[in-house]
Amino acid sequence: MSDTHAQSVAFVRKTEIPASPPPMAETGALKWVRENLFSGPFNTIMTLLGLLVIFYLLSGLIPWIVNGTWEGSNIQECRAILQGNGGGCFAVIADRWPQLLFGFQYPDYLRWRPTLAFLLLFAAVPPALFVMYLPRWTLIATAVYPFVAYWLIWGGTVLSPVLTAASLLAGYLVFQKVERRGFVLGLAAGIATAFVALTISGFITSAASGVLALELVESRAMGGFMLNMILGTVCVSLSIPLGILLALGRQSKLPIVKGFCVVFIEFVRGVPLITLLFVANVVLAYFLPPNANFDLIIRVIIMITMFSAAYIAEVIRGGLAALPKGQYEAADSLGLDYPQAMRLIILPQALKISIPGIVNVAVGLFKDTTLVSIISMFDLVGMIRGPILSSTQWVGVYWELWAAACVLFFIVCYGISQYSQWLERQLRTDHR
Amino acid sequence: MAMADTNPAQSQMKVSDEVAITITGMNKWYGQFHVLRDIDLTVQRGERIVICGPSGSGKSTLIRCINALEEHQQGSIVVDGVPLSSDLKNIDKIRSEVGMCFQHFNLFPHLTILENCTLAPIWVRKTPKKEAEETAMYFLEKVKIPDQANKYPGQLSGGQQQRVAIARSLCMKPRIMLFDEPTSALDPEMIKEVLDTMIQLAEEGMTMLCVTHEMGFARQVANRVIFMDAGQIVEQNAPEPFFTNPQNDRTKLFLSQILGH
Repeated sequence: MSDTHAQSVAFVRKTEIPASPPPMAETGALKWVRENLFSGPFNTIMTLLGLLVIFYLLSGLIPWIVNGTWEGSNIQECRAILQGNGGGCFAVIADRWPQLLFGFQYPDYLRWRPTLAFLLLFAAVPPALFVMYLPRWTLIATAVYPFVAYWLIWGGTVLSPVLTAASLLAGYLVFQKVERRGFVLGLAAGIATAFVALTISGFITSAASGVLALELVESRAMGGFMLNMILGTVCVSLSIPLGILLALGRQSKLPIVKGFCVVFIEFVRGVPLITLLFVANVVLAYFLPPNANFDLIIRVIIMITMFSAAYIAEVIRGGLAALPKGQYEAADSLGLDYPQAMRLIILPQALKISIPGIVNVAVGLFKDTTLVSIISMFDLVGMIRGPILSSTQWVGVYWELWAAACVLFFIVCYGISQYSQWLERQLRTDHR
Repeated sequence: MAMADTNPAQSQMKVSDEVAITITGMNKWYGQFHVLRDIDLTVQRGERIVICGPSGSGKSTLIRCINALEEHQQGSIVVDGVPLSSDLKNIDKIRSEVGMCFQHFNLFPHLTILENCTLAPIWVRKTPKKEAEETAMYFLEKVKIPDQANKYPGQLSGGQQQRVAIARSLCMKPRIMLFDEPTSALDPEMIKEVLDTMIQLAEEGMTMLCVTHEMGFARQVANRVIFMDAGQIVEQNAPEPFFTNPQNDRTKLFLSQILGH
């Protein structure tokens, strides 16, 4: 306080100070450059070094792309065309793209089927992802899609997916009816109904395997990026609900439920995915009856789903723990029962908090589907490592093939990441 | 809040002979710690009870036992003729008849004000959505914030949020309301608007149990003040004698401390 003010004891404001705009900051590109790139000797050196690295990378990358050739049917022809100008031999992609996408065993004349299934994905996924903007009935597309996609990719009689869908629907309807008498009772009745219906429809399908049948493709024939997409979408969509159940189970007051969830999560997290895949591939066969026809893809899906569900459960547990206790109490005090409180109050908030973590696991899971190449399934990585790189035509064309694999995976993973950031912005209602 | 010695509003508020809550010989422990000791309390329908006491005296725990947010280990609590046991059906029934307001409002931040108010009627009472919304708007008008119905709780001031919380409870048409320090987290300027809402509620004959330090409110509205210390009911009386002529030494000390400054 200055001397003059120290003497003035009382102060009464007579006029209000009007709000004024902030002082005009110096603006312009030059100022930005000076402040952000050359604000001191250290930053200047870092900027110059950074520019050098970028220049070095681009000077290799640009000629590789621009001078690259898409023609030629083997590596020798490629080299002859390029004559050492630093270009890439993209001819391998032009030559082998169907194998990269579908594997080498999927019949060529049936490739339209997985392609159609892939295109339909764009009709089936938006209703689930943009559920707050699209009318709710569009979710039917999402619900029907798995069965359509299965039928298209694997073929066989249409009865198989239709009856499976009908069985699950029957189970759900029974659950809805019985739920009024108690959630657990409803769940048990629903699962029992679905199980019985599935068993019956199994007999019907095997008896009438010719009804409206598409040509059957064996699971062994699945390969390429298609296999990664199948594993990725199925495992992500299964492991999120399973992860939610595990997270809730871990918080449960019932000791057996809680114990089971804790042991499951800790066991699965403590084991490398690749060992689980080996178990799926080799060891499981010892435990199953000798002629049991338990599809390898299903075994792999179960293992990857279990693995990522354990991780997602822990992510969601973090979200649940972050909610103030008052939210649980408010839900309780209004008379909501446990399933209602979880579904309407707790999970919407906990899941919102957990989005970054869940997406992290989902992206990781999608990339981990390439691990199936180690148990001799020919996914994208398996195709490159095996049939393509060891063929006489394309031996040694590493950069171009791996770059193609990177691009495919990057597009999907970056898409998932962008979606999750958008979703977080949409759900931001707390106005902090 | 004016400390009116005679209050016209109070004479209008009637207490019926019907019993709303009976608590007999209730004891509660947190581990080894004996939080509530031999609580006996009968609440008539239409009564407005203010519970006060130093922090840690068990007053919040007591009202949280009434709607089973806390479990009691001994004794019995009967709410509206329904005994509070470990039976989930009974607990849910009592909770839907007993409204509760918290110190920190506990609105659902992911739902709009209107959705906050309609959620429980729709899911617990199975009220049709349209009807639930009409009821919600009626009560939001009553707490004087109908124009905020489509905002989110985070956009409202503390006082407004607490009034929404009251409206949310009222939408369940409760027969008893519990208030757990409803004004303790509010700025002084907002306390009045919440208290006014509660006074209005009292005038309409709601059975209310309030844990609060607002002694002016207690004088104006309560027909019984309960003082708790160390988990026991130390003294209870009508507000006038309670404030002017406390009997227990602990009560005297407490009152001199909170009224003395």
